[in-house]
Amino acid sequence: MEESHAHTRPSRPPIVELNDVTVVYPGGHVGLERVSMKIDRGEFIFLVGPTGCGKSTFIKLLLRDLEPASGSVMVAGKDINEMERSKVPMLRRRIGTVFQDFKLLPNRTVYDNVAYALQVTGTPRAEIKRQVPEILRMVGLGAKIHNYPDELSGGEQQRVSVARAFVSHPPLLLADEPTGNLDPETSIGIMQLLYRINRTGTTVVVVTHDREMVDKMRRRVVQLYDGRVIRDQSAGLYTTDESTEEFGVRVSNELGVDFGDHDGDDIGAAL
Amino acid sequence: MSRFAFFLGEAYRALRRNAAPSIAAVVTIAVTVLLVGVLVPVLDASGSKTNDVRNQLELKVFLFNDASKGEINSLQNRIEGIQHVESVEYVSPAQALKILEQRLEDKSLLNELNSNPLPPAFNVKLDDPDNLESVQAALSPPDSTGKPQPISSAIDDIVTGEQTQAIRSVTGAVKIMLLAIAVLLGIASLFLIGNTIRLSIYARRREVEVMQLVGATNWFIRWPFVIEGIVVGMLGAGIAVGIMVVAKAIIVDPLSDDLTLIDNFNTIAFGPLIASLVIGAMALSALGSGVTLRRFLRI
Ligand SMILES: Nc1ncnc2c1ncn2[C@@H]1O[C@H](COP(=O)(O)OP(=O)(O)O)[C@@H](O)[C@H]1O
Ligand SMILES: [Mg+2]
Repeated sequence: MEESHAHTRPSRPPIVELNDVTVVYPGGHVGLERVSMKIDRGEFIFLVGPTGCGKSTFIKLLLRDLEPASGSVMVAGKDINEMERSKVPMLRRRIGTVFQDFKLLPNRTVYDNVAYALQVTGTPRAEIKRQVPEILRMVGLGAKIHNYPDELSGGEQQRVSVARAFVSHPPLLLADEPTGNLDPETSIGIMQLLYRINRTGTTVVVVTHDREMVDKMRRRVVQLYDGRVIRDQSAGLYTTDESTEEFGVRVSNELGVDFGDHDGDDIGAAL
Repeated sequence: MSRFAFFLGEAYRALRRNAAPSIAAVVTIAVTVLLVGVLVPVLDASGSKTNDVRNQLELKVFLFNDASKGEINSLQNRIEGIQHVESVEYVSPAQALKILEQRLEDKSLLNELNSNPLPPAFNVKLDDPDNLESVQAALSPPDSTGKPQPISSAIDDIVTGEQTQAIRSVTGAVKIMLLAIAVLLGIASLFLIGNTIRLSIYARRREVEVMQLVGATNWFIRWPFVIEGIVVGMLGAGIAVGIMVVAKAIIVDPLSDDLTLIDNFNTIAFGPLIASLVIGAMALSALGSGVTLRRFLRI
């Protein structure tokens, strides 16, 4: 990678950069608190933590579905909250998304669901006709191209949604509990798909509760607790050793110590 | 162009796959258009009834007895030239006496007169009672001191017809009532159509969210809804117009052969009425769809 050579051109900005971001929901509930982190191009990241800790808030923030109360959110070096509202669709075309509930359009076939992501960008019909079947073959749905979503299993629907997220080859793909509704075997298939997408150079962020998967894949793990980053560890596990994690949470709570932005440092190692 | 074809296809898909709400919207619009389509000719007919009454409005211009024939002729021409004057009728003293004779029960009263006391006069008919003031002002414009001065020295007095003031206020009230009915009807149909469209779009709120998620611009989402609204409006108005055409042929036309009363229905042209109903329904429905969607498009 260019970053590793001292004498090459200055490296491109990280794909995601959060600087001291706080999100406050209407009513005063704090969704994220003073979060700072960088995600480099080509990374594969797991975002973990208990329900309500702010994982989905993080995803919505990157899509500008939410705006931070303070701090800045940079995507590919641009502050996305500075850009005009009318430009938000352009941002979203560059970010693939996969959700627990698939978010497919019920009135469209598999083909049309995937094609829609290209139609919004004004891609020529011929191009769409070429790309959509290709991506559907890649996710293993070549045979169900003309089915409607309600004729597919959960795993198949999620494959459609992955195909839609990736069909325009975005530099960033966000998956919010993509396997949350699926059985373990189907989940493995989806995770493999996301991994293959990551291998093409797309940065992939996966929110998950799947301990086994995180432990097996050994990628960067960012752990949230109560809106704060309490662990950011490369090649991490789903949780650190119980007592260490509890210790980390306690220190974080009592002293307000920010454990974010220490790429590669785990709390246990830091102590 | 290919994009327009795409939007058309999207609208068609939405109509086909959301048949129930679409049918509800079509029926609502059909009922509303039918209501308006029947009421407009009825209102118009009642409007022309009051028009008959309004034709009786007039001004009387009394002349001096010594007015010469030349003066009378030139004055008649001048009055006919005034704006909003429909007709001018000269009534000589002899004619006036005859009219009076007809009206009086006790004709002996007249026999006691040895000369005709009635002055010559003009009966001036107006196109609309609302123009009474302007015609009066034209007949005797104010002089430099602000006092009205008749346009001719032959004019003795200008008098408003007996019932003119009364008719004026009555027809004014009828006018306001008709207008109020039309406005209320318009508001009611707006609410009805708006609500139906809102329900049908509300059912697809999640779809709109997904479209935004994959980067569709607001107009990319909105166009199919607007086209769908136009189609729904067209279908609804089409059904209503179909019913109206059949009803006119079966019910109104045979009646109008016998009853002069129904003639009034022909006072409003059927073609323009239908055209404006169809266009109105389409515009309303398209606008309703577009505006309702705005609420869901806010990010
Ligand atoms: N729209 C909202 N309004 C108010 N509070 C919210 C809203 N969405 C989420 N929250 C709160 O913010 C916190 C973080 O939510 P979320 O990011 O959805 O958590 P996670 O995805 O990690 O389960 C939770 O406590 C949740 O109750
Ligand atoms: Mg969540």
